[in-house]
Amino acid sequence: MPDTRTAPAGLSRSAIACRIAEDIPEGWYVNLGIGIPTLVADYVPPEREVVFHSENGVLGIGPAPSPDSVDPWLINAGKEPVTLRAGGAFVHHADSFAIIRGGHLDLCVLGAFEVAENGDLANWTTGRNDAAAAVGGAMDLAAGAKRLWVAMEHTTKEGAPRLVSRCSFPLTAPACVLRVYTNLAVIDVTPEGFLLLETAPGVSFEAVQERTATRLHRPQTAGSR
Amino acid sequence: MIDKRVASMAEAMAGIRDGSVVLLGGFGDVGQPDALIEGLIAQGASNLTVVANNAGRGRTGLARLMELGRVRRIVCSFPRSRGSVVFEELYSAGRIELEIVPQGTLAERIRAAGAGVAAFFTPTAVGTRLAENKEQRSFNGRHYVLEHALPGDVALIEAWRADRFGNLTYRESARNFNPVMAMAARLTIVQAQHLVELGTLDPEAIVTPGIFVSRVLHVPYAQAKE
Repeated sequence: MPDTRTAPAGLSRSAIACRIAEDIPEGWYVNLGIGIPTLVADYVPPEREVVFHSENGVLGIGPAPSPDSVDPWLINAGKEPVTLRAGGAFVHHADSFAIIRGGHLDLCVLGAFEVAENGDLANWTTGRNDAAAAVGGAMDLAAGAKRLWVAMEHTTKEGAPRLVSRCSFPLTAPACVLRVYTNLAVIDVTPEGFLLLETAPGVSFEAVQERTATRLHRPQTAGSR
Repeated sequence: MIDKRVASMAEAMAGIRDGSVVLLGGFGDVGQPDALIEGLIAQGASNLTVVANNAGRGRTGLARLMELGRVRRIVCSFPRSRGSVVFEELYSAGRIELEIVPQGTLAERIRAAGAGVAAFFTPTAVGTRLAENKEQRSFNGRHYVLEHALPGDVALIEAWRADRFGNLTYRESARNFNPVMAMAARLTIVQAQHLVELGTLDPEAIVTPGIFVSRVLHVPYAQAKE
């Protein structure tokens, strides 16, 4: 049994991204948010045809270019240089968000500050009055994608749970998250609350529950990878 | 003869009044009409409302326009980014008004203005503080918030190729807000990297037809990024 009093490290950020990539089937159109989600594209093998969308009007984003082949006109939502895969397309901003808001994306993966057991998402502002909040495309993605998954560390740096009964930060969208991938576990949002699907290697159910601010449900078939 | 080409920056900027709503193309630095922003700084219009995705970086371009006290209000989705120092200073000093709009709502409000749509209902921002004090309705069991069109007095646009009719193409992700904003302003001013002969742009590939464009200024790339 792992010791639940010391924080289990679980998966690295890259390993979380790799785990998410396993669950993305060929043919999906996918938008990846900034942070861990951006890393997911690196783990989808090129022979599995998944089309990555970027809110600034790009369909078919490919891997980052080598430093000597950067194209200054081709960036992603994080304003980093990217490449375009064969079959890629450019659209203007209203069409790019018609893709998002019109329910055309199979999946969006976003980072989060908090996810509540009813699927509420808080990922755009801590609500402090001294800082100008910046929402970008987060609310559009949360309201518009067919599926919304979250990729995040299970707790804050201080150890506070990010999976909660009710979000304390201002919401990005209510009841929108379907699944959460963290360094410790994969958890579905169900009508009954959080359902633990699997734990990271060496991480027990109890360790995940201890770092979650609300009850985790456990299916009969939950396994450890 | 229809000829929207202008020979100088002064001619391009002529008639922009104090108090104008200025739509500014670009996503970060990409697709941003840098030369026209410099032209607006020199032209002198003040008390402006700027509509742009971001709130400028460093101390040049949009950031310079703000630092000079010429922008009363900014409407954007993502003001805070690496190097948005001028905005942060002005905002914390209470010297600039900010309206935060979700990026898709921003694009759609501008598109609506260009398309003659007064307002529309969207599910984006329902249940959040950005929907507070806005009219809401349910359609087919889902909640929507009413958002109003956002027209500009002036749009500043960066294009890749242009002809004398004002037909435009863009380059890669520099397209972004530019075609949407070009439709939504009374006066649409374009800086184009290349001016081409009428008839050489493939009609199948024109993104912004000249009907949306007022003036075209030739600004070759090297000059634009100086």
